[in-house]
Amino acid sequence: MDLSKATFQGYKRDDGRVGVRNHVLILPVDDLSNAACEAVANNIKGTLAVPHPYGRLQFGADLELHFKTLIGTGSNPNVAAAVVVGIEDGWAKRVADGIAATGKPVSFFGIEGHGDAETIRRASKAAKDYMQWASELRREERPLRDLWVSTKCGESDTTSGIGANPCVGNAFDKLYEHGVTLVFGETTELTGGEQLVAARCRTPEVRDKFMFMFNRYQEVVNRHKTSDLMDSQPTKGNIAGGLTTIEEKALGNIQKIGKKCMIDGVLDKAEVPSGPGLWFMDSSSAAAEMVTLCAASGYAVHFFPTGQCNVIGNPILPVIKICANPRTVRLMPEHIDVDVSGITRREINMDQAGDRLLEMMLRTANGRLTAAEALGHREFVLTRLYESA
Amino acid sequence: MIHFLVHDENDSVGVVVVEGMKAGRELTGWIMDQDREIKVRAQSDVPIGHKLAIRELKSGDTVIKYGVDIGRTIAPIKVGEHAHVHNIKTKRW
Repeated sequence: MDLSKATFQGYKRDDGRVGVRNHVLILPVDDLSNAACEAVANNIKGTLAVPHPYGRLQFGADLELHFKTLIGTGSNPNVAAAVVVGIEDGWAKRVADGIAATGKPVSFFGIEGHGDAETIRRASKAAKDYMQWASELRREERPLRDLWVSTKCGESDTTSGIGANPCVGNAFDKLYEHGVTLVFGETTELTGGEQLVAARCRTPEVRDKFMFMFNRYQEVVNRHKTSDLMDSQPTKGNIAGGLTTIEEKALGNIQKIGKKCMIDGVLDKAEVPSGPGLWFMDSSSAAAEMVTLCAASGYAVHFFPTGQCNVIGNPILPVIKICANPRTVRLMPEHIDVDVSGITRREINMDQAGDRLLEMMLRTANGRLTAAEALGHREFVLTRLYESA
Repeated sequence: MIHFLVHDENDSVGVVVVEGMKAGRELTGWIMDQDREIKVRAQSDVPIGHKLAIRELKSGDTVIKYGVDIGRTIAPIKVGEHAHVHNIKTKRW
């Protein structure tokens, strides 16, 4: 597939980033504000509330990650405008100010001193104004390099390493050549293949930073484990699908970074990349946590290869499902956007599979709803680093 | 017809990619990296996505897939037998 003149129709934002969706986000700062946010989203049609269970008594690095994830989510170019609601004004303002730095419209509301009913009334008015304003924004033709693409696999099985993950790798190799901003992560799920990832780092500095992040996560596992993680990593679903050890799972996982592209830099969780190329982001391997972090880092389209079929989606980041397992494609077709099971029958080669994914990526970027979007999957899961105070 | 796939010719296991593979059947495998075919007689029923051994493994042997170490055997595995969590364990964690 010749991508040299490839373009997509996107929404150009004031900060220069380009989105492929045009959401008005109703963003709770904390668990207490979920009810008001959902009421606003119910009042104002087309807006999107993202309820979550956290935001109280967090502290230190865990609190910083909470703010970074909420601000990053609101700042994502797939979001046109945001309404932030918190139990009190202070932290709501902090999140709103972070999002406002992108130049997009944002308002914040604290519930204390007003109550839910009054907060919902005021926030609904702001949401209605934003929704009508956003409805007049138009897509424009943008070069491929304006698209940021993330990847994370889930409910993997042996067909992931054979077909779906190398299909993503083939597409990543092709996108990399055209200056697209790419990311992968899943730190523990590289265990057994970390030396192969380290060898793909562009410089010794990048390699050292990657190994620092990798070893830091190994220490977390070693500190808390009560077994060899055989119920968690691989998951029960992985094992049902034929994956036996973390090493085997990892070697399948890293097929996603292709054969040619090099790792240009390393990001901490929810950190925004500073330029094009392939980035590694330290992250959980739990699907919704990792995809939520990708959205918070500013990625606009996500490649999600799966074997047994994790049904995950994300509220603001279109999640494209790729599957090479003929049984899964037969049993769960409504979840699959790109069927590459032909690889297992030698009907298509990896170059053709990669092109199929790139075609679906461009259609998705231009506005086609993914299976997860059409099915209403909006998993928004914040990563926690430790207990609340 | 291809019944199982092998990543690399040095691998100890292949992955069954068709449903309903029963013990006793002669299976055709495709070694992807070297693009050649091999035959193995299944010694167990092997579900789609699961592995069978394509070389004899003693207990404690390293299992190779993608040309790389994926763990160790905890029981001997004959060619054509189902290779999974009952006879292979991680070397990590």
